[in-house]
Amino acid sequence: MTVTVRALMGASLLLVATGAASAQTTITVATVNNGDMIRMQRLMPDFNAKHPDIKVNWVTLEENVLRQRVTTDIASKGGQYDVLTIGNYEVPIWAKQNWLLPLDNLGADYDQADLLPQVAQSLTVNGKLYAVPFYAESSMLMYRADLLEKAGLKMPENPDWDFITEAAAKMTDKAAGVYGICLRGKAGWGENMAFLTSMNNSMGGAWFDMKWKPQFDGPEWKKTLETYLKLMSSYGPPGASSNGFNENLALFQTGKCGMWIDATVAASFLSDPKESKVADKLGFAPAPTRAGGQNHGNWLWSWNLAIPASSAKADAAKTFVAWATSPAYAKLVAEKEGIANVPPGTRTSLYQNEAYLKAAPFAPMTLKAIQSADTQHPSEKEVPYTGGQFVAIPEFQAIGTSVGQQFSAALAGKANADQALAASQALTSREMTRAGYPK
Amino acid sequence: MATQASRTASRLMLSPAVVLLFLWMIVPLGMTVYFSFLRFNLLMPGTEEFTGFENYLYFFTDPAFWPALVNTLTLVLGVLVITVLGGVGLAVLLDQPMWGQGIVRILVIAPFLVMPSVSALVWKNMLMNPVNGLFAAAARGLGLEPFDFFAEAPLASIITIVAWQWLPFATLILLTALQSLDREQMEAAEMDGAGPFWRFLHLTVPHLMRAITVVVLIQTIFLLSVFAEILVTTNGGPGTASTTLTFLVYMQSMLQFDVGLGSAGGIVAVILANIVAIFLMRMIGKNLET
Amino acid sequence: MAREVSTGRKAVVTAIAWGIGLLIFFPILWTVLTSFKTEGEAINPHPSFLFFDWTLENYHTVNERSDYLGHFWNSVVIALGSTLLGLLIAIPAAWSMAFVPGKRTKDLLMWMLSTKMMPAVGVLVPIYLLARDTGLLDSKTGLVIVLTLVNLPIIVWMLYTYFKEIPGEILEAARMDGASLGAEILYVLTPMAVPGIASTLLLNVILAWNESFWTLNLTAANSAPLTAFIASYSSPEGLFYAKLSAASTMAIAPILILGWFSQKQLVRGLTFGAVK
Repeated sequence: MTVTVRALMGASLLLVATGAASAQTTITVATVNNGDMIRMQRLMPDFNAKHPDIKVNWVTLEENVLRQRVTTDIASKGGQYDVLTIGNYEVPIWAKQNWLLPLDNLGADYDQADLLPQVAQSLTVNGKLYAVPFYAESSMLMYRADLLEKAGLKMPENPDWDFITEAAAKMTDKAAGVYGICLRGKAGWGENMAFLTSMNNSMGGAWFDMKWKPQFDGPEWKKTLETYLKLMSSYGPPGASSNGFNENLALFQTGKCGMWIDATVAASFLSDPKESKVADKLGFAPAPTRAGGQNHGNWLWSWNLAIPASSAKADAAKTFVAWATSPAYAKLVAEKEGIANVPPGTRTSLYQNEAYLKAAPFAPMTLKAIQSADTQHPSEKEVPYTGGQFVAIPEFQAIGTSVGQQFSAALAGKANADQALAASQALTSREMTRAGYPK
Repeated sequence: MATQASRTASRLMLSPAVVLLFLWMIVPLGMTVYFSFLRFNLLMPGTEEFTGFENYLYFFTDPAFWPALVNTLTLVLGVLVITVLGGVGLAVLLDQPMWGQGIVRILVIAPFLVMPSVSALVWKNMLMNPVNGLFAAAARGLGLEPFDFFAEAPLASIITIVAWQWLPFATLILLTALQSLDREQMEAAEMDGAGPFWRFLHLTVPHLMRAITVVVLIQTIFLLSVFAEILVTTNGGPGTASTTLTFLVYMQSMLQFDVGLGSAGGIVAVILANIVAIFLMRMIGKNLET
Repeated sequence: MAREVSTGRKAVVTAIAWGIGLLIFFPILWTVLTSFKTEGEAINPHPSFLFFDWTLENYHTVNERSDYLGHFWNSVVIALGSTLLGLLIAIPAAWSMAFVPGKRTKDLLMWMLSTKMMPAVGVLVPIYLLARDTGLLDSKTGLVIVLTLVNLPIIVWMLYTYFKEIPGEILEAARMDGASLGAEILYVLTPMAVPGIASTLLLNVILAWNESFWTLNLTAANSAPLTAFIASYSSPEGLFYAKLSAASTMAIAPILILGWFSQKQLVRGLTFGAVK
C-alpha cells in the first residue's frame, strides 16, 4: 500500500511542478526517427537559447507507427501534437480537410522564395503553403563505378531499362556475392510500391485513367512488372521480397549491389566512409526511363513540418517550424555538424553553395532528380490525380499496400506476373468502388 | 452454509469487477457495433451515413478474409502444438536430476519476459534477415544458400517467433505439474515391469492433462490477438500469406482509416473469438473442475 | 527424491538441458552482445561472437537521444499502477467467487476471460474518442485504467484459483469465533492469500510492462513508456542494429532482472494456481 501512496504523492508533486513552469509554452513535436531529425534534436540548445519561452517535447517514432499515431490524432481531433512531421502524401489530403494551418509569413528572414519550386508545389493547395519541407528527395540510380568499368560498360547520360538489364547481367557475380541490381521488394505503399509506381510512370503507365479505372490490365504495368521480376530473379539478391530501403542500403554499403535505384538521400549514407565500404567507388545517374522516354518516374518525397489547425499553441509552433526549416538552421547544421549534413533537397541556395557541392558529390544529381519530378503530372497520360511514386488520394495507403503484397508475392515466386496483376486489378477496382469513385 | 448477509456482501464485492468489465466490454463494443453499420472513414469526415450491412458484406467478400481465417487458426494451432509438445519434453527434461537446474530454468524463462515488439525486431533483423542475419551467416559458413524466412515461409517464421515467446510459459506450468506427480505410483508401475514409455503415456500424460488445459486456454486468449509480431516482420505478406484476422482488421482501420469496415471486421473477430472460446470451454472446461 | 541416479546419466542430462537452455536464451544473448558492437560490426557478414571491439558508444547515443529514465518511470507507474488497481478490484471479486460460489460463478469467470479476446485494433477508434473526450489521452491515469481493464480478467481468474485452495473450514471456524467479515478477510484470509497475490502481482506487472498496443497508441510525450522508446529505434534510414540492440537491452533488462530474482513467485504465478 505504501507504494501506492508514494506513487500518488509523486504524481501530485509532478502536477505541482508542471503547474509552476506554465509561464513557458510547451509544444509537442511528433517526428520520425531518421538521421536528420535526430540531428535537429541535438541542435535544440540553439532554439532554446533563442526562444527561452518555448519548451519543446519530442515524440520520436519509427515511420509507420508515427504515421498511424499522427493520423489517428488529427482525424479524431485528439490535439496531442502541435507540430507534425508528415510526408507530401498527407499534406494535400489533409489540407483539403482543413486540418492544417496555412503557413505563410514565417518571418522576414525565412525566404520562402528560396524553397525549391517542385517541392513547394507539392505542399501547396489552392495557392497556400500548408507545410514546410524539412528535407526532400527524389530517386536516382546509384551504381558501383568500379564494377561497371570492369563489366566494360559506360553509364549513358540518361540510362534506360534496357541498359540497366544489360549492366545488371554483366555486373552480377554471385560467386563473389555481388548482385547486379538491388531494388525494393518489401510490401508497402511507401516501400516496393513507391519504386514500382515510379517505374511504371517511366514506362508511360498510370494507376488510373480519367474515370478512375485501375490500369493493371494495361500493357504498361505488365511491362513494368515483368521487367522488374526478370531483373530481380536473375540478378537480384536473395530475400529481395523483404528488402526495403534500409535492407538495400545495408546491402549496397557492404558491397553486395552493383546498382540500386532508390531515394536520393541514400547517396549521403553511401558516401560516408564510416558506414560504407564502397564510399569511394560510387557513380550517380538519373533514374532510368524506357527506351527513348523522358519520364524518370516523378519520384518526389519530402518530410515536412506542419501545424494542426486545432493547435492551441499555433504561434509557438510556427516559431519552431520556422526555426527548423530556415536558412539559418542550414547554417547552424553546417557549423556544428559539417556542411554535408545539411538537410538536402529543400532550398535552391544550398545547391548554389560551393562548399556544399564540394562536400556532397551527389548534390548535382540530387538537384537534377528533384527538378525533373513533376508531381502535378505524374504520368505521361492524362490522369485525375497528382502524386509521383504515390497517388495522392486517402485510399492509396491501403490499396498501395495490398497491391504491394501481390507484387511482393510475385517476387517471392508465389504467383506469376499475370496473376499478381489480375489480383491487383480486382482488389483495386473493389476498393475504389467501395470508396465511391468516380467522385 | 453461507448466510444471507454474506451473500449480499459477496455480491457487493463482486460487483465492481463485473460492472467495470461489463462497461469495458459493452461501451467499446456498442460503439463498434454502431460504427459497423455506418459508412465512416476518419480521413473523410462529414460523409457518415447509415449503410446497413454493407461493411459486413465487404469484409466477408474481401479476398483476404478466408486466407486470414485459415492463417489465424494455423497460427494459434501451430503455436499451441509446438509449445505443448516442446513444453512437455522440456518439462520432463528439467525434472531430471542435473547440475545447475536453477540456472537452466532462468535461461528458459527469459523469452517470456521480453516485449513482443522487441523479440519480433530481434528475430527479424539480427537472426532471420537473409543477408545480415546470423542464420544467413551460419548458412554461408556451411556453404549453403541463406534461407529467406519471411518470403519462403512467412507464417512458419512467425509461428516460430511466437512459439519461442510462449514456450517458457508452457514449460514452467508443465514442470510444476510434473513435480507433483505421484512418485510411488511411478515406482510401483516400474516394479510391475512397465517400460518408461508406457509409464509416460499412462501415468505422466493423464496427470498433465489439467496443466495442458490451462496452457491451451490462456495461450489461445493471447494468441488470437497476436499483432505486433506480424506488423514488424512481414506486414501480412507476401500476398496474404501471413495476414491474420487481427491484422486484416488493422489494415482496414489503421491504414485505410475505414472505421466502418474495421468495426465490422472487429465484430466478426469478436464473434469468431467467442466461438473459439465456447468451443474451448466445452472441450476443456470439465478438466478445470476440481 | 528417492531415485538413485548414476553420475553419467546426470552428466548427459545436464549437458542436454544446458544446451537447450542456452539455445532458447540465445536470441537475447545475441541482442546484448550486438549492443556492444559498432553499427558496421553488427552487420558483419562474418559475425564474431566475443572477439570484436567492445564499445559503449550505442548506450551513449541512446542515452543522449532519449529520456530513458522518463520512459522507464512511466513504465513503472503504468505497470505497477494498473496491477495494484486491478488487485484492488479483483481481490473482493475473487474472494466472493471462491467462498460464496453461485450457480453462475463458472460462467461469470469464463465471460470475464472472453472479454480479453476482443481484438484491440478493432476498438482503437472508439477508445481513442472516449479518451479524448475524457481528457485521458497521453496521461498515465488513462493508461492505468485501460491496462487495468485489459488485465482484470486474468487477475480475477488467477486470484480465484488461489483462493479456492484455501480451505473453507478455516473461515467457518473464524466465523464461529464471531469474527466480522472485515476481520475475517484481514486476519484469516490475507495471510494465507499473500503468496497468491504476490504471484498475481508479479505476472501482471510483466504483462503490463510488455503491453505494446495501448501504451503506444494512447500516449504522446508525457506518458510514453518503454514500448514507445523502442519504437524510436526500429527501422530508421541507415544502419540501426547496434543502437536497436542497446535500446532493446535497456527496455527488457529491468523486467528480466525482476523476473529472475523473483523466479519462485513467478513460476507459481505462471501456473495460474490451477496446477497443484
